[in-house]
Amino acid sequence: MSTSFDSALSLGTNSKPWIKAINYCLWALIIIVFAGPLIAIIVGAFSTNRDPSSLSLIPQQPSLENFSTALDRSVMLYLGNSLVVVGIGLLFQMLVSVFAAYALARKKFRGRGIAMLLVLATLMLPEEILAIPLSRVLSDVPFIGVNLINTLAGMIVPVIAWGFSILVMTEFMKEVPMELEEAAKIDGAGELRTFFSVILPTCTPALGVIGVFGFTMIWDQYLLPLIVASDSNMFTLPLALRSLRADPEVGLGVVLVGATLALLPSVIAFLCFQKSFMRGLASGAVKG
Amino acid sequence: MSDSAVIEESRKSERLPSGPPKRRSGRRNGGFWVPWAFLAPALVLFLMFKFIPMGEAVMTSFQNVRPFLGNQWVGLQNYNALVSSDDFQGAVWHTLLLGVGQTAGSLLLGFVLALLLEGQAKRLWFVRSAAFLPVVAPMAVIAEVWRIIYHPTGDGIANQVLSWIALEPSQWINSPDSSLVSVMLVGIWRGAPYDMIIIVAGLVSVDKSLYEASALDGAGPLRRILYVTLPALRPVIAILLTLAAIRGMRVFTEVFLLTNGGPNGSSEVVMTLIYKLGFERNQLGIAAAGSVLLFAATVALTLLIQLSRRRKA
Repeated sequence: MSTSFDSALSLGTNSKPWIKAINYCLWALIIIVFAGPLIAIIVGAFSTNRDPSSLSLIPQQPSLENFSTALDRSVMLYLGNSLVVVGIGLLFQMLVSVFAAYALARKKFRGRGIAMLLVLATLMLPEEILAIPLSRVLSDVPFIGVNLINTLAGMIVPVIAWGFSILVMTEFMKEVPMELEEAAKIDGAGELRTFFSVILPTCTPALGVIGVFGFTMIWDQYLLPLIVASDSNMFTLPLALRSLRADPEVGLGVVLVGATLALLPSVIAFLCFQKSFMRGLASGAVKG
Repeated sequence: MSDSAVIEESRKSERLPSGPPKRRSGRRNGGFWVPWAFLAPALVLFLMFKFIPMGEAVMTSFQNVRPFLGNQWVGLQNYNALVSSDDFQGAVWHTLLLGVGQTAGSLLLGFVLALLLEGQAKRLWFVRSAAFLPVVAPMAVIAEVWRIIYHPTGDGIANQVLSWIALEPSQWINSPDSSLVSVMLVGIWRGAPYDMIIIVAGLVSVDKSLYEASALDGAGPLRRILYVTLPALRPVIAILLTLAAIRGMRVFTEVFLLTNGGPNGSSEVVMTLIYKLGFERNQLGIAAAGSVLLFAATVALTLLIQLSRRRKA
């Protein structure tokens, strides 16, 4: 037996073939248990079988029939709503986070402590707790008095300011050397110019992190669209899954098409940014 | 405001008269309004969609909401009605059970996964990423696929798995006896990979030479885990517990979509009850009282955990 350990179980260093075999079996089991159900959704969307027990990892009778039925059930409309919400919401969420983080990380000013405290406080006010009053506020927005119920804007505006992403960005911006900014100022660049052409470009890796976190957060929204959308025209894809399932005329296949369309964007976003996503997650938690 | 900021500010004003003209210095440091201008969008949105709704919840919780008649101040009546109702007591109990079960289950499974999947090799990275997919999948999608898995007939997928290990088919989410446990299993399935990633990150900080030292002393894998790995992971586990406890209190989507609190209220949690009170039974005052209590519980729990962590440190 080897005496060097790089893990508690010393799995990596052990080279006995039967231990390796058990390892591979365990890994396969882990993949089947955790990724299997999600792969089965995608496979099921492409097969004609409508029996709930037939969900399988291997495609049976492949066809696009479910997709054409799903089109009749305006799945594309729901997908479109979701894409509009996540597209506009994420763009503004990143912009607002970067702006706020710039002030919190790079400026010394009277009231900075209070501003930081307010951002932290919002983390204790998630949408679940606020659902009831938020629905009233959205029907008569303070200061402007517009009614955002049953509009996509009602699902977008509340997610634009997100304390988590402001804090992640602030932590990152603190690391950027002050000299960069000072040099830009000496060259005569104004606040906005310094911000956009000096600070922002150095933060591109962090933009990837808050981008993918923000995307997952907005795409996963359920309660907010639920209280905003009173009309099925305004449903986002996650909301529509429930009404598709409740529709006695459509089969399981159509629900699976909807689920596939709701699942793929977040999986793709995760796979593209997985390193920064998992590292961001881990460093935040281990440091905190 | 922090003391150092005050000192900084006073220093600036002292320097000004003898220093360069005010305009230039103002420009170099940015006007006092510049940071606030950058913060304004976030703070205004927080005010409108976080703080004002919270204030409104507090106000509403003391009122009897009557459309077109004007609201009536009723003091603590809403709180009394809520706290003394069986529905609420049941929901609090279910929320606690669900939270504790999910947290413990995810942590345990996540720890086992982390031990199995620790390391730098490419294939380990691949398995970890595949296992992580439930965390990024939208909750609504997860709920739909688990409804299919939990299909209550003998040929439902979960029931087939039971039959492999010679167990009777279960009704899963359709029976009051198993609904809460079924929701819990989904929560563990989704929470374990998240815990795994955090624990894997924490394992990096474990001093590897301790493994060798304990192996030389004749300790097997179990002892290595108990006496080397676990103590090193204590801070990570504390954070995971905190996050899970706070998340567990406001669990909504999975319960709403899997069981909607049923059958017979057997899986009703605080948030599904508040949702029903507010949006279905139109008892806005009582629902608001529920939101305020939930908020108070979240704050209390957060402070409690922070305090206990500080005392230990």
